[in-house]
Amino acid sequence: MIAAFAGILACQLAGEFVVHAFALPLPGPVLGMFLLFAFLVLRGGRSAGAVPQRLGGAADGLLGHLSLLFVPASVGLMRYLDALAANAVTVILAVALSTALAQAATALTFRLLARSEPTSQP
Amino acid sequence: MIPTLLKPHPEVWVYLAASPLSWLTLTLAAYLVADRISIACRRHPAANLVALAAIFIILALKATGTSYETYFAGAQFIHFLLGPATVALAVPLYRNLERVRATALPIAAALGVGSLVAIVSAVAIARLLGAPHEIVASLAPKSVTSPIAMGLAEKLGGAPFLTAALVIATGVFGAIILTPLMRALRITDPAAIGMAAGLASHGIGAARAFQIDSVAGAFAGIAMGLNGALTSIILPLLRPLLGL
Repeated sequence: MIAAFAGILACQLAGEFVVHAFALPLPGPVLGMFLLFAFLVLRGGRSAGAVPQRLGGAADGLLGHLSLLFVPASVGLMRYLDALAANAVTVILAVALSTALAQAATALTFRLLARSEPTSQP
Repeated sequence: MIPTLLKPHPEVWVYLAASPLSWLTLTLAAYLVADRISIACRRHPAANLVALAAIFIILALKATGTSYETYFAGAQFIHFLLGPATVALAVPLYRNLERVRATALPIAAALGVGSLVAIVSAVAIARLLGAPHEIVASLAPKSVTSPIAMGLAEKLGGAPFLTAALVIATGVFGAIILTPLMRALRITDPAAIGMAAGLASHGIGAARAFQIDSVAGAFAGIAMGLNGALTSIILPLLRPLLGL
C-alpha cells in the first residue's frame, strides 16, 4: 500500500517536474496520469489490463470517494458569490446551456462513430 | 452555535478554530451527511454530493464567522489528495485498455467536437446576453480542470478566481444533468456517458461517472485529461475567431 502510494506520488512529482521544466500548459497531476498509464502499458506486455494488486487497491481507494476531494475547493465558491450574483442570469444560462450542449455533442459524436466501427462492438 | 457553546472557554474555540482538526472533521462530517442524503434520495442526481457538502460547510463557516482561508488551511489535506487521485485515473483507464484502443476514433472525434462546443457555446451565450469581457473570458475555459482553466482565462483577460468558481459550477451542474440528459438522448453506452461527463464537466463530472460504473469513470478520466490538453492548445488559436 505504501509502495503503491509512493509510486502514485512519484508519477505526480515527475509530472510536476516536467510541466515546470518545459513550461507545459498542463497541470502536473494530469501529466502524471499519462505517465502512470505509460508505465502500466510498458510493464503490461501481453497481460494488458491487469494492474498490480496493491496499485489497484490504492487507486480504487482514492477514486472511490472522488467527490469528497472536490469539497474543499468547492467551498471556495463562497468568496465569489457576490461577483457571481452580479451577473447571475448570464452566468447561470451560459454555464447550464453550454455544459448540456457540450455533453450532448460529445456523447452523440461518440455514439455515432462507435456504432459505425464494428471493432467496438463486444 | 458552536462559539456560544464554548463561550465559557473562548480560548478553546480560538485553539480549535486555528487547528486543521476542526475543519478536516467538518469536511468529512458534511460529506457523510451529504452521502446519507444522497442514499436516502436513491442517488438522485440532484442530490449532488459535492454541492450538498459544500453548502453545509459554507453555512457552518458563515455561522461561526470563519474565513475560507482559515477553513482551507485545515481542509487542504483533503484537497491535496486531488493530485494523487488524478494520477490514479490511469488505473481504470488501463483496466479498460482494450475498450479504449477499440474506440480510439470515436474518442478522438468526440474530444474534438465536444471541446469546440464547450468553448464556443459558452462564449456565444455569454456574448448574446451582453456579458462584460471579463465574464466572457472567464467562461471560455469553464469545462476543463481548474489549474488549466485559470491559466487560460488569465491570458484571455479573465479573472482566474472567478474562473475557478465557474469551473466548479460547471462540474456540479454537469454532474447533476448527466444521467437525465443521457436518458433523454437515449444514450446507454457507459463509454459515451463517461466521455461526456469528463469532457464537459472535468473531475466533478468524472466523480459522478464513477458512481455510474467503472467504465464510465475510465472514459471520464481520459476525456478530462485530453480535453485539458486540447483546450489549452485550441483556445489561444480560437481567440481571434471568438473576438476575445
